[in-house]
Amino acid sequence: MLRGNSSNLPFAVVALILCLGFIAVSQAQAQRTPAYPQRAVDAEAVARGKDLYEGYACAFCHGADTRGGNGGPSLLRSQLVQRDQKGELIGPVIREGRPNTTMLGFSLSDAQIADIAEFLHSFELESRDPSRLVPESIVVGNAEAGRAYFNQVCAQCHSLRDDLQGLTARFPDPLDLQTHWIMPGSPSPTMATVRLRDGSVFVGELDAVDEFRVSINKADGSRQTFNRRTQVAQVEITDPLQPHVDLLEVYSDADIHNVTAYLVNLEE
Amino acid sequence: MTNPNLRIFSLVILLSAVTLNLQAQTGLDPSSILNPSPDSWPTYSGDYSGQRYSGLDQINQSNVRNLTLAWVTPLVSGPQGRPAFTGGYGDGVAFAGPGTNVKGSILMVDGVLYVSAPDNAWAVDARDGTVLWQYFWKSIGGTHIGNRGMGMWHDTLYLETPDNYLIALNAKTGEELWHTEIASFDEKYFSTTAPVVVGDHVIVGTGNDFDAPGFLQSFDPVTGELQWRFYTVPMNEGDPGLETWGSLDAARHGGGNPWVPGSYDPETNLYIFGTGEPKPAYVAGPRGDMDALFTCSLIAIDVDTGEMAWYYQTSPNDTHDWDSAQTPVLADIEFNGEMRKVAMTAARNGYFFVVDRVRGEHLLTSKFSDTANWAEEELNAMGQPVRIPDKDNHVGGALVSNANQGAANWMPPSYNPETGLFYTPVNETWAMYYLTELDPRGPMGLGGKREVRTGGASFLKAIDPATGATAWEVEFPASGGGLASGVLNTAGNLLFSGDRGGNIVARDPATGEPLWHARLGNVSNAPQTYMLDDQQYLLVAAGDRLYAFTLYR
Repeated sequence: MLRGNSSNLPFAVVALILCLGFIAVSQAQAQRTPAYPQRAVDAEAVARGKDLYEGYACAFCHGADTRGGNGGPSLLRSQLVQRDQKGELIGPVIREGRPNTTMLGFSLSDAQIADIAEFLHSFELESRDPSRLVPESIVVGNAEAGRAYFNQVCAQCHSLRDDLQGLTARFPDPLDLQTHWIMPGSPSPTMATVRLRDGSVFVGELDAVDEFRVSINKADGSRQTFNRRTQVAQVEITDPLQPHVDLLEVYSDADIHNVTAYLVNLEE
Repeated sequence: MTNPNLRIFSLVILLSAVTLNLQAQTGLDPSSILNPSPDSWPTYSGDYSGQRYSGLDQINQSNVRNLTLAWVTPLVSGPQGRPAFTGGYGDGVAFAGPGTNVKGSILMVDGVLYVSAPDNAWAVDARDGTVLWQYFWKSIGGTHIGNRGMGMWHDTLYLETPDNYLIALNAKTGEELWHTEIASFDEKYFSTTAPVVVGDHVIVGTGNDFDAPGFLQSFDPVTGELQWRFYTVPMNEGDPGLETWGSLDAARHGGGNPWVPGSYDPETNLYIFGTGEPKPAYVAGPRGDMDALFTCSLIAIDVDTGEMAWYYQTSPNDTHDWDSAQTPVLADIEFNGEMRKVAMTAARNGYFFVVDRVRGEHLLTSKFSDTANWAEEELNAMGQPVRIPDKDNHVGGALVSNANQGAANWMPPSYNPETGLFYTPVNETWAMYYLTELDPRGPMGLGGKREVRTGGASFLKAIDPATGATAWEVEFPASGGGLASGVLNTAGNLLFSGDRGGNIVARDPATGEPLWHARLGNVSNAPQTYMLDDQQYLLVAAGDRLYAFTLYR
């Protein structure tokens, strides 16, 4: 059984298609409006609004970045703020406050409220909210425990002096390193051996397989598809990454974190 | 009035008025959906049960190998399709491309197919595939991820748009009758669901990937006026479920969007539907470590009042964006020796649930995605899986099954009353989930995590709802995971669904054995069937193309 990995040819083809698709999408999007266009704002009004927002202590409760702070809710995700255009919805709340809360009323002019609204509308909103306080490192494991795990499990197939020589240097970002060792790119592709009912055997890189057909890329560069219902007696698929696939159900997260800590700290 | 010509003229006028009056009562009588002819497909699931089981048996196990292509029709979205009618507030260019992908249900009423994709609707002759009309909505934006189909009331069709309008179309011409705003574009909703017509209610859901509350609404089929709105999360002090949120503000921004059509039980007048994940989707922190009701839940509401009769939560406080919005399947099954009226769902979290559909009483939970590892081995007393906090998103990465698409998703499952089995495409996939936001105020929407997929597998599974056990499964080889299409069962003792190799496949529903297939490319919706002129058709979409198969006679 072959499961998805980063080495076999179908994956490479899929990845290529995805890349091409991504380029196509990117180019298309470059010419297209985003699904939810950001507001066009007047920079001077935003600057005035920011001064007011800070000067009237809005920032104390709602946060300098409008995402909430000491007791005040986030204004960035407030539906009232999102619906507001030029202060017409925000204004009454600023002036009258919210009864039974710490939100008091503030006596501000229409122009001041419009400026505060402009400031609030200057923040970009994305459904995949960009992270702000990003962890400095994903390395959280114990290197010594990772060494023991590596020697017990990984060393059955791999050697740091041989096939993994220079591994850490190749992946300076620990997240990339962790991704790679969990499901690496492999130098050898997934192979398929196709035995036909007439006894002939074809071997090649697996290109596609379902219940009805199997397609291989042969050594001479040609692709050949066989009918599994009428023609093929047996298909054997050899995924060089099968041990990695099998380990997905075995690792604990601590094992993963420890091995990464060990690999990151290797003296190369 | 003695002039005979005038008399005849008056008679014509009178007859025209009568005809017009009759026309208002033609088309699809909503009461007929309660017991629809198997020849037709008048609502999202073919009927209200969500079973996607057709009573047609002309195509059956003895002759399915003789299926032949009747017609194939490409559907061209946007202005290039030369729409008969257009509407909308956009420029008609920004969101018009690049292509059509039919992911929804196709209605079949009186020999005409009604098909939709984001911003687009078509009528197609069900006999030969000819496009009769196209309607194009020039949207101002919104997430164009898919459209699940249309609803129909007499001669009116209902389409939701990515920028949150409900559009009523004249089914005969494609002309717009009216449109009404159903959710705020400024609040970044988007609307993909197939409206479900029940009596004189057009039931409408929406989606949102920011921190906005989910709600289900009912509109008047003639005027488009709002009849009721049901919020899926607490919106005010005193609302039920508020005690399961850290604050009212968290609840009001808590998601739970109903973005897939539900089912309807005429006996109880309950519309039963699923809700989406709580927001923010990947970090529970700011909302507290409680259940976050009524996200990731089955909910039953009275169709006339919009009031909740019962709920059952399938994922308390989900942290992986695993909706429970899937269409529930209603059936009468034998359970522990007695017949029970049940609702079933295979949730995105990897667990299969059976509840009593009258009272919401929990009957059964089983794990149908074997690799799912985010919950404790033991269910809680309510039969709910218990989340393992260490399998939330983690700074160092948590290896979690399933990857974001989930164990199941919107792809419609099917129930076959002859085999007594529930069928669904299934993922068993893995991903490393990294927490990327340490701000205690948390991220918004779908932020705060990075996910790296590490592989997996894809299946079609048959689940016995009486035991929760998998009766059989077909693994799609070398797929790397990813869900296959939704499923259709028929009285011809056949199951139809797409695989991961681009085939539409007919199988024996008792064993999964393939009996016929055709490679179309990616099957993009759940197959359907209808009957015309004593000829049964299998209808399936693959991207921008509709394929109709039939027996050669």
